[in-house]
Amino acid sequence: MSGANGILLEAHAVGKRFGGVRALHQVSLAIKQGEIYGLIGPNGAGKTTLFNVLSGLYGADSGGFSFCGAPLNISAPHLVARAGIARTFQNIRLFANMTALENVMVGRHLRTHAGVIGAVLRGTGTRAEEAAIERRAVELLHYVGIADRANHLARQLPYGDQRRLEIARALATDPKLLALDEPAAGMNATETAALRTLVLGLRADGLTVLLIEHDVKLVMGLCDRVAVLDYGEKIAEDVPERVQRDPKVIEAYLGVGVA
Amino acid sequence: MRSRFSYRKYIGVILVALALLALPFALAAAGTAWVRIANLAILFVFLSLGLNIVVGFAGLLDLGYVAFYGVGAYVYALLASPHFGLHLPFWVILPIGASVAAIFGVLLGTPTLKLRGDYLAIVTLGFGEIVRIFLNNLSQPLNITNGPQGIAQIDPVRIGGISFGQTDVLLGLSVSGPMKHYYLLLLLLLVVIVINLRLQNSRIGRAWEAIREDEVAARAIGIDTTRVKLLAFAMGATFGGVAGGMFSSIQGFISPESFVLTESVMILAMVVLGGMGNIWGVVVGALLLSFVPEMLRYTVVPVQMALFDRMLVEPEVIRMLLFGMALVLMMRFRPAGLWPSSARQREFGMEKGAK
Repeated sequence: MSGANGILLEAHAVGKRFGGVRALHQVSLAIKQGEIYGLIGPNGAGKTTLFNVLSGLYGADSGGFSFCGAPLNISAPHLVARAGIARTFQNIRLFANMTALENVMVGRHLRTHAGVIGAVLRGTGTRAEEAAIERRAVELLHYVGIADRANHLARQLPYGDQRRLEIARALATDPKLLALDEPAAGMNATETAALRTLVLGLRADGLTVLLIEHDVKLVMGLCDRVAVLDYGEKIAEDVPERVQRDPKVIEAYLGVGVA
Repeated sequence: MRSRFSYRKYIGVILVALALLALPFALAAAGTAWVRIANLAILFVFLSLGLNIVVGFAGLLDLGYVAFYGVGAYVYALLASPHFGLHLPFWVILPIGASVAAIFGVLLGTPTLKLRGDYLAIVTLGFGEIVRIFLNNLSQPLNITNGPQGIAQIDPVRIGGISFGQTDVLLGLSVSGPMKHYYLLLLLLLVVIVINLRLQNSRIGRAWEAIREDEVAARAIGIDTTRVKLLAFAMGATFGGVAGGMFSSIQGFISPESFVLTESVMILAMVVLGGMGNIWGVVVGALLLSFVPEMLRYTVVPVQMALFDRMLVEPEVIRMLLFGMALVLMMRFRPAGLWPSSARQREFGMEKGAK
């Protein structure tokens, strides 16, 4: 499924401006099949912008992506999701007044087909599909460990469970690449440790993970490779140990003169 | 225990069905006018359920909904009246009217896809007015709609050998035209309610709900919001078109005056008052707002005559006064509607145990 050299997603010189602000400039990176790829950088470095461009929420001003060896159409979010890239949001975006189960069931929309006529006639095909949607949703709730909350409203879930639910909803789209935008933000140590286990499990099950994270300890312990963004440019891309020692990275985080 | 419960439910359904079947005879005893009022009330239930798809399910505020009602009504009128000399049968026109209305739904939906809230409301309001003004002026240079004079002598419904325009005697009971319409409408209403219930609880219904909750998240998990929103507009418009066709055939005469902004507002009020998103709530809202004003019409004058020996306040004025008061009280005490959907209850923090 992946392109040359086992590369799943490749960004080619992606650029994005907001008025006079250069949010992304010539960002190129390559994520290999089956790895956990970290994306770090100081606040405002352009991490989330890159996520939004990749997921089709913003158009790119220049450059583009290839996914599974073919150019990725990022003109609309649902096309990106259909191609096999699912994401979560930094500020959790669940369907607050739907139950946890319903949230995940909506996630199956992309991979199911029943239309108006199917829904109205409710034939055997539609009923079987509905049952399959629910079965898969329950499975995914079990997978992320919140099956006992299936009938709770999304907004009534504790913070850590909301994060998990968002991941379950993303997994419902059958992604090849899961992009997590600061999944550990606001989590306590226990919740972060549980998240770490979950992400490692995802990789063990063959998923490729792109992770934006502020928690440097989590990133360094979890990721196979890490890219560092600063002022919209990639300043480093390597295994965590080497990135940590890179003078440019230290400078970006701590300022000139410390390194 | 379970079987006894469903047995009870079964009995309840049968009792309601019998009551609905007997209702026109009871109403006819009070005057045929009341049967006509019941028919109009059912039409408003159609309209409210259609609008509920757009406003209640998908969360798109539509203030021009009456346009689809008008389109359906005119399609029927043009295809079954001496105006063009066309007299197509009822069961041919109704699907045509529904389809044309659905196309208008997509026409309205397409340019408004990126709009939300107040902006969407303004554009839909404008759309409703445009359609009405077209109906009013399309008498020149080619006379299509006959302008403000409207279209008269519209064919009554005819199914098999039964014409819905006249009285027949069946099994010793005299069944008038309006009563026949009532049964036809009741049958259609059953179909409309089943369609709505099934849509709500389906893949499409969940997608609508997701868009209402968070459009960005819905797009990110792969819902083609363009398609799904247009579908909501088209489905809502279809029901409006069917209601319009029935209105034409029942009234026998239509003019642009029947499709004004206040009608849109009234239908929206029925949806909101009943409980946006909940099909049964919307049915109750539509029935209440259809029947109560008519009851006032028949009670306000006699009551004033009895109390003061003359009429001090016009029924119409009292109607608007009570309507306004009802809306204000609703917003204060039951903001989610008389019979809200469970999702709205949650949104307004009305669920049990919540403060």
